Amino acid sequence: MARKITYQQAINEALDQEMARDPSVIVMGEDVAGGAGAPGEEDSWGGVLGVTKGLYAKHPGRVLDTPISESGYIGAAVGAACNGMRPVAELMFIDFMGVCFDQIFNQAAKFRYMFGGKAKTPVVIRAMYGAGFRAAAQHSQCLYNIFTHIPGLKVVLPSNPYDAKGLLIQSIRDNDPVIFLEHKALYTMEGDVPEESYIVPFGEAAVVQEGDDVTIVAFGRMVNYAKDAGASLRKKGVQCEIIDPRTTSPMDFDTILESVERTGRLVIVDESHPRCSMASDVSGFIAQEAFGALKAPIQMVTAPHVPVPFAASLEDLYIPSPARIEEAVMRVKEYR
Amino acid sequence: MSSILTVTMPKWGLSMQEGKVNLWLKEVGDTIAPGEEIIEVESEKISGAVEAAVTGVLRRQVAQPDEVLPVGALLGVIADADVSDDLIDDLIARFQAEFVPPTDDEADAGPQTQTVQVNGRQLRYLKRGDGGTPLLLIHGFGGDLNNWLFNHEALAASRAVYAIDLPGHGASTKVTGAASLDDLADAVSGFMEAVGITSADVVGHSMGGGVCLALTRRAPQKVKSLTLIASAALGSDINGAYIDGFVAGNTRNALKPLLAQLFSDAGLVTRQLIDDMLKYKRLEGVDEALATLAGGLFPAGRQSAVLADVAAASGKPVLVIWGENDRIIPVAHASAIPSARVVVLPAQGHMVQMESASEVNKLIGEFTS
Repeated sequence: MARKITYQQAINEALDQEMARDPSVIVMGEDVAGGAGAPGEEDSWGGVLGVTKGLYAKHPGRVLDTPISESGYIGAAVGAACNGMRPVAELMFIDFMGVCFDQIFNQAAKFRYMFGGKAKTPVVIRAMYGAGFRAAAQHSQCLYNIFTHIPGLKVVLPSNPYDAKGLLIQSIRDNDPVIFLEHKALYTMEGDVPEESYIVPFGEAAVVQEGDDVTIVAFGRMVNYAKDAGASLRKKGVQCEIIDPRTTSPMDFDTILESVERTGRLVIVDESHPRCSMASDVSGFIAQEAFGALKAPIQMVTAPHVPVPFAASLEDLYIPSPARIEEAVMRVKEYR
Repeated sequence: MSSILTVTMPKWGLSMQEGKVNLWLKEVGDTIAPGEEIIEVESEKISGAVEAAVTGVLRRQVAQPDEVLPVGALLGVIADADVSDDLIDDLIARFQAEFVPPTDDEADAGPQTQTVQVNGRQLRYLKRGDGGTPLLLIHGFGGDLNNWLFNHEALAASRAVYAIDLPGHGASTKVTGAASLDDLADAVSGFMEAVGITSADVVGHSMGGGVCLALTRRAPQKVKSLTLIASAALGSDINGAYIDGFVAGNTRNALKPLLAQLFSDAGLVTRQLIDDMLKYKRLEGVDEALATLAGGLFPAGRQSAVLADVAAASGKPVLVIWGENDRIIPVAHASAIPSARVVVLPAQGHMVQMESASEVNKLIGEFTS
């Protein structure tokens, strides 16, 4: 039965249920079990924000604390995946992926292709992303667009607790490497989540709100800002169709195309920098596939092309807001 | 004394907190009879019409199309023609001044579903109202207790009304192995014992009607009367393509055209309705539960159990309600029980209890009173 739990609890529950179901599922990462190299569960923090709390005691020997060496343990997870395990490696902050790009881009993503389909690499790499935590430029980036660029990786961006659980279960059961990205600001978000296990399939967008005036495509946390903007616009008589792609690779372009062909107006909301982003990706796709349907120029609502500021006032300005989304919708609505 | 009555935003289903006004179906000055549709309203899950409870003249349209208003908000005013405009203006002013929209917390504290253990399975149910002979609402294949959202509250005005999720459905236990109407009827029988119902007026929709018939055969003392709505087990025909497509469908695009076949107005199949169905279908065990049931009940596009003679032999009062244009189970099955009272509602589809709620509520109310 569905009951309200947080995004963080939904992720924990997905890990717990999959570990109970399949003994080859293991969790590894920095501090995912103990706190300070703790001897046992009494000191088990369950990760820096407690997402894996409780798993250490329930699944002895399968929650592994690793050294602070991303290149080492991500490589180990990829290798274990090639040898029959289903590791879920937590990389803490997506910003740290840089030190293990070879393991992810050149090894995990390529094995199936390079070995003629004979190798599978069912590894999940979980990481937090996003601004808003006063954590400065090295702990606040989005970067999902970088992984989306690489063939062979699947990239998942849940925007709510229900999707977080179902998409993580699909990620663990998937036979390809999956980058599973959790927005820090969503961990406390509550939503209805079934107690039972379930799967949300990859490559199937959610239509969060239906409307015929303007299509809004939003990613991750921005889906919730788009909903706020959509609710406010609805009261002003503007009906937005809000699409949450849920996974950026594979990406459900069909649902976006179908919607834009109906509305003729598109706003894309992406917390990432504007260049080579999901916003520019969707924008390019629609310009090529639905040029004739467009009644107004496509609007991208993104962060600026600067590092995430540390100053609180500047960080607040950096993140796209519901007000900016509303302005963009009105611009495309009132164009001609 | 002349009467003045407010028309307010209805609450359809447990989660509804606000609704959008679609359009007025009556103009100011129109005379309205009870049961007539006055205004069309849309919740997150479904759109429907608000029906008049009294005779009168529509005097004011307070809410405007596209307005989003909380549950309980003033939509319009019905009054006798001789009520003065001043009196109506006073009423509106007073209502608006005193109206407090329900907060999230209050909404959460509204009617809650409960669960009960029956033979090792957990069954979810919703009880509304108290007293009288209990009324039991049993949904159809792939449905759940929300199929009665337009009926439950109205029927519970002066009696206890229970709606349950059958095994494999809604929020009840999914892994059931149930493959026959008897399996499901035994679960209902166990449910009645668990919550202390000795006998009830039973109402079943579609497969749920078949469950009511099986219950009548296996535990006749528990059934006071039978209301069978677009019921299974009254003939062997059924839309096999619908059943197979529904069991197999796991995407929005696959389910949408199928669910549209359930209604006479395809506009009722909202995004939220499809999403809720997808969420149910993705739960572990549901695929198997539905496939097992469909294999047992509807093999090769036919109904395996025909229990029309059970109803006739039982001697219990039977009411049969059907939509004239039902695309799932043919309306011809409505005449399978010679002794039954039969009502065929013109232009209606399979989900007649939702689309023609006030008519169905009235029929059930009269029949079971």
